[in-house]
Amino acid sequence: MTGAKPAPAQFLARADLQRLLEALRARGYRVMGPVPRDGAVVFDEVRSVDELPRGLREAQEPGRYRLEPNGRDTVFDVVNGPGSLKPYVFAPREKLLQVEPEGRSFRAQELHPDAPKLAVIGVRACDLAALSVQDRIFLEGRYPDSYYAARRRQLFLVAVNCTRSASTCFCVSMATGPEATQGFDLALTEQEWGFLVRAGSALGREVQQALPLTPAPEAALARERTSLETCAATMQRKLETADLPEVLYRNLEHPRWHDVGSRCLSCGNCTMVCPTCFCHDEKDEPLLGEPDEAGVRSVRVREWDSCFNREHAQVYGLNYRPKIEDRYRQWLVHKLASWIDQFGTSGCVGCGRCITWCPVGIDLTEEMRALREPGA
Amino acid sequence: MSMAAEGAASAAAGVAGKPAGPDPWLPRLGRIVSRRRDSRDAWTLEIREQIPQSASFRPGQFNMLTAFGIGEVPISLSGDPAAMDRLIHTIRPVGPVSTALAQMRPGAAIGLRGPFGSGWPLRQAVGGDVLVVAGGLGLAPLRPVLYALLAGRERYGRITLLYGSRSPDDVLFHREIVSWSRRQRIEVHVTVDHAASGWDGHVGVVTTLVPRAQCEPQRTVALVCGPEVMMRLTVAALHAHGIPHEAIYLSMERNMKCALGLCGRCQLQSVLVCRDGPVFRYDRVRGLFAHKEL
Amino acid sequence: MSGSAPGEPRRLRLAVHKFASCDGCQLQILNLEDELLWLSRRIEIAYFLEWSSRSLEGPYDLALVEGSITTPRDAERIRQVREQTRTLITIGACATAGGIQALRNWADVEEWKRQVYPEPRWLEVLPTSTPISAHVRVDDEIHGCPVNKEQVLRVIVRALLGTRPDLPSHSVCLECKRQGHVCVVVARGLPCMGPVTRAGCGALCPGLARDCYACFGPCDDPNPEALAARFQDLGLGAADRV
Repeated sequence: MTGAKPAPAQFLARADLQRLLEALRARGYRVMGPVPRDGAVVFDEVRSVDELPRGLREAQEPGRYRLEPNGRDTVFDVVNGPGSLKPYVFAPREKLLQVEPEGRSFRAQELHPDAPKLAVIGVRACDLAALSVQDRIFLEGRYPDSYYAARRRQLFLVAVNCTRSASTCFCVSMATGPEATQGFDLALTEQEWGFLVRAGSALGREVQQALPLTPAPEAALARERTSLETCAATMQRKLETADLPEVLYRNLEHPRWHDVGSRCLSCGNCTMVCPTCFCHDEKDEPLLGEPDEAGVRSVRVREWDSCFNREHAQVYGLNYRPKIEDRYRQWLVHKLASWIDQFGTSGCVGCGRCITWCPVGIDLTEEMRALREPGA
Repeated sequence: MSMAAEGAASAAAGVAGKPAGPDPWLPRLGRIVSRRRDSRDAWTLEIREQIPQSASFRPGQFNMLTAFGIGEVPISLSGDPAAMDRLIHTIRPVGPVSTALAQMRPGAAIGLRGPFGSGWPLRQAVGGDVLVVAGGLGLAPLRPVLYALLAGRERYGRITLLYGSRSPDDVLFHREIVSWSRRQRIEVHVTVDHAASGWDGHVGVVTTLVPRAQCEPQRTVALVCGPEVMMRLTVAALHAHGIPHEAIYLSMERNMKCALGLCGRCQLQSVLVCRDGPVFRYDRVRGLFAHKEL
Repeated sequence: MSGSAPGEPRRLRLAVHKFASCDGCQLQILNLEDELLWLSRRIEIAYFLEWSSRSLEGPYDLALVEGSITTPRDAERIRQVREQTRTLITIGACATAGGIQALRNWADVEEWKRQVYPEPRWLEVLPTSTPISAHVRVDDEIHGCPVNKEQVLRVIVRALLGTRPDLPSHSVCLECKRQGHVCVVVARGLPCMGPVTRAGCGALCPGLARDCYACFGPCDDPNPEALAARFQDLGLGAADRV
């Protein structure tokens, strides 16, 4: 998606990227960035640019992810990994409130999360779009989520524009990329000699001032335009969206659901790596108090859950999504169709993680194509 | 603050400057005042809040009730909305939390959040007939609307209650139903699926009572609550009786965790039951009944 | 649980019994350490030979049973254990599924006896190793090999509150991803059973970049056929895909 650029681009030499990390740390941010670990690239704390995936890119296919050398001196050539911004705003597990006995009574109090200042380097346009989607759910509903808000306020986002796509990407179809146009404080585009840098916020401009930047040469800007256009034009996967949500509502009894249901493990991996999925479970966990305490001390905890968890649709003695195909249909129809009715946007940003990180490589773009075919 | 966070902060300012009223996240303390068995497997709790709330609930709404240390479940309010100093809930023990709640004795401490959700359409019913159809425990979320209808009786035409249970032992609020019927302010028909000795009333599923309803279909609002299969069949029977789909309201039930529209547990196709329901006009959820296992 | 309101812990009588097993699940209970001391002040640990030689007679409120049934004597003893307790909860893969010793179920036990023992006629064993639930009614199960001691603690504390366990039955993958582990199937092509395995261990093995071998048993509604097909694509031979 192209649009007016937020600010004129400047140029940061490759050797000076470390200065960005330092400028952020000097402002009290803990800096998270892409690091290679256990065969993938994940977000973790970075103190030095040496920790970034230098000279690496990744090959992604349904159910397969491999890092490989790219023969160049890059640090941002890995498009994404299983991690997204989600755990930084919507914690995988967190305590909401605590209940304590007080005489013959009880006292409930909210527990406020640790919300340190976090700068995340290397987020992609799709990740920013996903964050907007989650903002809508957690902040703009009738009951805004203060736990999410507390973390959200503390984020500083350094986007990286994608100049290549993984085979599983389809951000162009979802109109969320490859260029980051909103939601960031700084945006970088990696080139041979360094990085084009743009600010997207007042704080981004402030951090820019701490960096040894020079005006971006016109040739660099032209190269950037070409690489973004090429990236968009060569994106391998596509998802037709013009007929959503109706095409899914019309095909709720399509035989393809049964077919995908036989292949799907209902393991929940897709929902875990999806940067917009928000389903969670809440449990009250009793705590050990004093042995002679009369009442029960407990903490209410919430943690990431999934509509693929069979328990998600359990009510009394009845389960209303008993089969895997019911749950797969729920996920796909929600993600691409009913999400629009519930929240006014699609739930999908085209990041492709669900395709890559599915252990059996189910591809929702393929499933959608099949669902548009007439049913047998 | 970063621009990215600015938007979030302003959206979240609603959090910092929270609307007046109790914090919807935090369980408030209540005490059980009384407990009575209202049918074979349903107990009604009367609860008094430690800090009484100033606003009442709308019939059809639910509270999230916490059994401390065990968990929290959604339970419809089943009492009179005009009696603001007490909260009445009717509970069937089916899982760990509901079992713990149903066993609570007077004096026990309970947690409360709410009320949440949409209520029965009292305004839409004014000036016309009202047909209330309940199945099993479904009478509990409907009892508050019956109280409200009786309290404003002159505003409505004929009020009819059709109530079906599995067996005589499962009939809820039996004495009360009889008193409504005797006072004849509303017409009451009760049926059971399986008769037992001593039962001389109607036998058959509740849809068999629909033809008996003396309401005028074109100016009737129907309120339906019960097991999903019962609701599906009842809607068909009501429609056959001449009541349009836009005049039929249902109370849907789903598992809920947050009741705040955030956890996704209660989602049903395009709606979140805690936020958009539990009371729905039939045409909004009609698609859901056309497909199984959504 | 008559007479006490939920929320008021009661002095529950706990018994821990062992059948054919390695003892590891009981050891997990001892590994609770400080929490076990806390429990011992709140409940009566009435019969737990690995904890104390001092025992109290039944009946008991809660019996945790480890091990599978492999001898006629044990088949009788488990009935007595069942009669002596109000709630019986099996702990561990032996008690819930028969354990590794259930491999004998596909073999000729008599032949094995002859190969191993000089005087096999002194051995009185059943031809199969079966879970406790094949012999008596079981109220709840805690899976694992060994069990996760935190789950045992949670179950006992919930029993103190008068309520049943609420352990997860979904796949290991949720636990794995909540912790941010990288999937070993996708990133390394390892035959990890996590997608069809019940959670509860905290994704121990994948967290150490190893493939899960399903010691917690199957999750709710698994799809092992689809996973097996994937493993075949990844190169796992037919003999290894049971």
